[in-house]
Amino acid sequence: MSLQRTPLYEAHRALRAKLVDFGGWEMPLHYGSQISEHQAVRARAGMFDVSHMLAVDVHGGQAESFLQGLLANNVGRLREDGRALYSCMLNEAGGILDDLIVYRLGANRYRVVVNAATALKDQDWMKSHAPAGVTLEPRRDLAMVAVQGPEAREKVWQAFPRTRSASEGLATFSCVLAGNVFIARTGYTGEDGFELMLPADGAVSAWEALLEAGVAPAGLAARDTLRLEAGMNLYGEDMDENVTPPECGLEWTVDFASPREFIGRSALLASPPRSRMSGLVLLERGVLRAHQDVRSPQGTGVVTSGTFSPTLQVSIALARVAPGVACGQSVEVQVRDRWLAARAVESPFVRRGRSLLPEFPATQ
Amino acid sequence: MSIPADLKYSDSHEWIRVEPDGNVTIGITHHAQDLLGDIVFVENPAVGRTLRKGEECGVVESVKAASDIYAPISGEVVAVNGELETAPEKINADAYGAWMFRLKPADKAELAGLLEASAYAKMVEAEAA
Repeated sequence: MSLQRTPLYEAHRALRAKLVDFGGWEMPLHYGSQISEHQAVRARAGMFDVSHMLAVDVHGGQAESFLQGLLANNVGRLREDGRALYSCMLNEAGGILDDLIVYRLGANRYRVVVNAATALKDQDWMKSHAPAGVTLEPRRDLAMVAVQGPEAREKVWQAFPRTRSASEGLATFSCVLAGNVFIARTGYTGEDGFELMLPADGAVSAWEALLEAGVAPAGLAARDTLRLEAGMNLYGEDMDENVTPPECGLEWTVDFASPREFIGRSALLASPPRSRMSGLVLLERGVLRAHQDVRSPQGTGVVTSGTFSPTLQVSIALARVAPGVACGQSVEVQVRDRWLAARAVESPFVRRGRSLLPEFPATQ
Repeated sequence: MSIPADLKYSDSHEWIRVEPDGNVTIGITHHAQDLLGDIVFVENPAVGRTLRKGEECGVVESVKAASDIYAPISGEVVAVNGELETAPEKINADAYGAWMFRLKPADKAELAGLLEASAYAKMVEAEAA
């Protein structure tokens, strides 16, 4: 099967991107050096083509109650239009089908943004649970670009001066429609910034305007190290259908406060988590990677994603560990034929360009 | 693509230079570092270790992947480039300057089994196709 391409495919080729298959999409891995792209986002501004992700607009008279039953977080908490919520979508067993962001566009009008690799499965699931009168509208007509970094918003306004007045007062986790550009102050890097959704036929000129404003193009490789430093889970790596939210550090996204019966609720209440998510910092030379075994006096575990942190200059990871493992304690990770010392820490590791681990200051 | 004509190559992307004293210096090729991307960790074999041809003897890790290093010929490790412990990115900057380790060959005849630059260039081309 041939790979799908985003409206920005030719723009990536023109920038000599290294393109790879990512969930069936031909996407830029990097444009030369993933570390410089990572640092550009932490220090200034970078942009990612995330058009492979899918926006699904949900509307109709029962859209709110439908989403309240479908999602583990409560869209009823979106008290006004233009607010966003992060949530998991669970199966009956409490396993995570996907993680997503839902934006409230209006009364009974929502936009749900799901992962690329799960987009088909998600749509089938949503359709099978949608009551009559709820419309699901996949928006493949939109391109998505995430502009992230301390200077990201300023650069967006420089590239698109007419969006400034509408988006200047935008709070974190909020969104607004400025002309035909949907602007959300959300992201996946631990930095400030905007995620833009705009008609696909305007994607190339928008991308070029952002380049012109000095925004560095950044690929999936930098996106992965940035999100990992920011302690954010990646679907398919840190969570999947066999993992429940409390087992991967997402208990805060499950709303039990309201009495609503969301899918997966009774399973979560019936079964205690078998593991918990912990950040790890490697205390020896080497690099933590997914699937490496973790051992501790409390039991065994596994690294779900690991990398070398360009900001901290040390290897970091997210790991599923035994429930009793405490923050600050030592564990060991098997790297090839040796067990290396690591420390369990709270994630995120980096936020807004700053290290959250006192022993490992940010080096930029 | 940078493939110096005066070096020899292995099919696992190491380069090999025969020194005037008969020892051989080993590193990874420009092509290998390009595939790996930003290199952040290098582990060399210990000085004094005896390696068999094809034996796994080190690792080069980039942000995205780990790649094993194999002994292109048999011999004893007589030196390692300690600079790479603190500055592994030197391999990205200059793959043929940033050598990894030196071997005293056990059997010089094994050198004849290595690839010439032209053969290695063909191999890389074939991989890309």
